Amino acid sequence: MISRREFLQASLAASAILTGAGLGPWSRLAAQQRLTQDQLLAFPDFGNVTLIHVTDIHAQLRPVWFREPEINLGVGEAKGRVPHVTGADFLKLYGLTPGSPEAYALTHQDFVALGRAYGRMGGLDRIATVVKAIRAARPDALLLDGGDTWHGSMTSLLTKGQDMVNAMNALGVDAMTSHWEWTYGTRRVHDIVDALPFPFLGANIFDVEWDEPAFAPYEIFERAGTRIAVIGQAFPYMPIANPGWMFPEYSFGLREERMAQLVDEVRAKADLVVCLSHNGFDVDRKMAARVRGIDVILSGHTHDALPEPVLVGQTIIVASGSHGKFVSRVDLDVQAGRMTGFRHRLIPIFADAIAPDPDMAALIDAERAPFKARLEEELATTESLLYRRGNFNGTWDDLICQAILSERDAQIALSPGVRWGPSVMPGEAITREALMGATSMTYGQCYRTEMTGDRLREVLEDVADNLFNADPYYQQGGDMVRTGGLGYRIDVSAPMGARISDMVLQSTGEPIEPARSYVVAGWASVNEGTEGPQIWDVVESHLKKIGTVRIAPNDSVVIAGA
Amino acid sequence: MKLSRRETLVLGLGGLAALTLPLPATAAVDEAIAAFTGGAPLGDGGITLTAPEIAENGNTVPVAVSAPGAVAITLLASGNPVPGVATFAFGPAAGSRMAATRIRLAKTQDVIAIAKLENGSFVQAKATVKVTIGGCGG
Repeated sequence: MISRREFLQASLAASAILTGAGLGPWSRLAAQQRLTQDQLLAFPDFGNVTLIHVTDIHAQLRPVWFREPEINLGVGEAKGRVPHVTGADFLKLYGLTPGSPEAYALTHQDFVALGRAYGRMGGLDRIATVVKAIRAARPDALLLDGGDTWHGSMTSLLTKGQDMVNAMNALGVDAMTSHWEWTYGTRRVHDIVDALPFPFLGANIFDVEWDEPAFAPYEIFERAGTRIAVIGQAFPYMPIANPGWMFPEYSFGLREERMAQLVDEVRAKADLVVCLSHNGFDVDRKMAARVRGIDVILSGHTHDALPEPVLVGQTIIVASGSHGKFVSRVDLDVQAGRMTGFRHRLIPIFADAIAPDPDMAALIDAERAPFKARLEEELATTESLLYRRGNFNGTWDDLICQAILSERDAQIALSPGVRWGPSVMPGEAITREALMGATSMTYGQCYRTEMTGDRLREVLEDVADNLFNADPYYQQGGDMVRTGGLGYRIDVSAPMGARISDMVLQSTGEPIEPARSYVVAGWASVNEGTEGPQIWDVVESHLKKIGTVRIAPNDSVVIAGA
Repeated sequence: MKLSRRETLVLGLGGLAALTLPLPATAAVDEAIAAFTGGAPLGDGGITLTAPEIAENGNTVPVAVSAPGAVAITLLASGNPVPGVATFAFGPAAGSRMAATRIRLAKTQDVIAIAKLENGSFVQAKATVKVTIGGCGG
C-alpha cells in the first residue's frame, strides 16, 4: 500500500474560497500542492460559525473502497444537473484533472488503478483526526450527523448499532437525524436515544395515533454569541422504503408546511437556520426553493459528494458523500441575524494520508475484537471489482443475484437498489465482513415465491417511479431494483406506469408473459413475516462453492430517455 | 328522488357494482363534482388541502382540508371506484372551517377538495397522492 510520502506528487484541492455567490472551480489552484494531512486539512478560518457535516457513514468504522456511480440519471429539472453528473462530465464541470486524487474520490473512472495509487478512504479514526483538527482551530464548531449511521456493517448488525453509537459519542456529535436507524425497531431506537448525549432531531416524525410531533424538531445552539438553529428532517419515506411494521408508532413524510412553520419559528430566535436533512439531494433542492429562510441545508440520503455547495436562492446545500469518504467543513459569517458569506471544503478522507486518531482507533479495535475471527474469514476471492452504486445493477448486485438464482433455485432474482455497500478490489478476498457490508440488515430474509409477469412489471414500474418521477417530492431515493435472470428496457423519461417494456426471461430468451407465473427469489422485503434464510448466508454458501468470483459485463437493462 | 346512473347500479347490484364500474373514472368524478357545485365554475385559492406526497399506507391516508368562509367542503378520491369520500357542512357558528380524516386510496391518484363559500362560489384544491408497493430505499 502507498506510503504517505508517495502522495507528494499528487494534488488535492485546497478549498475553493467562497463568499456569497462566487462559486469558483474547486481546485485548479492546487496543482502543485501535496497530498498530506496538512494540505487535506488546510482551511483559512472564515467568519464566526463552523459546521462539520458527516452523513450516511453506514457504520463503516474502517476505511473502505467505494466506487462512485457511473450512471446517476436525473429527470425533469434535475436532468444534467448535479448530482446527476458523473465521470468525465463531473471532472469537466468542476475543473478536475483525470487521474487526480479528486477524480478518484469523486468519480468512477479508472477506479481500480487509481484506488491502488491513492488507497482506501474513510475510517472513523481518520474522521476523528479531522474533527479534532477543525475543533482545535474552531472550538465552537458544531458536528452534525445526517443519519444512516448505525446501520451497514456486520458489527453494527450484531450490536444493534451500539458500536456506532459508542464511536459517534466519542467523536462528539452535536445533533443527528435518522433513516436506517429505525430498522432496529422502535424499542431499540428509544433505548439508544434515551441515552444519547445529543438530540435526535426529526421535525417530520409524528405519532401515528395522535398525529403529533414525536421527537424534538430542532435545537438552538449558542456558540460564541451566535444562535444557530438546527432543524432535523428524517428520511421522509421511512415506512414505505423500509419495513413500517418495525416502527408502527410513527409517521414520517415530507411535511413541507411544517418545515416552513418551523423555519419561521426559529428565525425569531436564531441568527442562522440550518436544516440537517435526510431528504435526498433533489428533494432538498426543491424544498430550498419553496421554503424560504433556511441558510444551510446539510443534505444526506442520496450519497452525493459535491465539491461545492449548490446555491438555491439564499440557501446553500452541502452534500457530503457517504461511507465516511468525506467530511464537509463549512465556515459562515453571520452578522446581525444574516449569513453574509461562507467558505466550504469537502474534505476527502484519504486513509493513507490522514493519521488515525489513537483514541478512536482503540475504540474501533475494541468494538471489533469480539467478532474479529468471524469478520475476517475469507469466503472467496474476486477477480472482478465488486461495487454497487449506480442506478442499475452493479457487480455486487450481479453476484448476489447469481447466488440467489443458484441457491434458491429461482428463475428470477430481485435485489434491492440500496446505495450502500463498500466495494471489493480485484484480487482481494471477499471476507464475511465485506459480504455483510453489502447485505447486512434487520430484514435480510431471502424469500422464494411465485409472481406473474404482470406483477413483476408492476414492481419494476413502481420502483422506477420512486427513482424517476420528475417531481422530486415523489422520489424516495435509492436506485432501481436489481434483477437477475430478467432483462428489460426502461424509458426513464416516460410517465408513471409506462417506463418498462421488453421484459425477457434470460434463461430462455423468451418474453415475460403477463399472466404466466415465475419463480422469483429476493431479499429485503418490507412485508412482515417474510420467510427465508438470511441473504448473507445464501451468498456465503454460493461463494464457498464457486471459490473465485468473476462477473461478466451485464447488458440486461436497456436504458432510454436519458 | 334523483338517481345517478352509478347510484342506480349500486342499488341494483350491491357491492359488486363498485368493482365493475361501467363509467370511466373521470366521468364519475365529473358527476360527483357537478352534484356538489351544480356546474358552477371552480376557482383556485382560499382552500388548503394537506395530504402526503406518498401514502405510508394506502388503506388509511391522512388528509386535511381548510377553507375559511366555507359553508361546505366535499372531498373526492378521483381514482377510487367510488370517488365520493365525504362532504362536511359548516354552520354559521363553526369556529374554523376545516376538517381532517383518513381515507382509503385504491391506487396513485389525485385527491380533490372543493369548498362552497358563503358567497355561493366554489374553489378547489388537488393533491397527487402516490400509493406504492414500497421497498428498496437507499
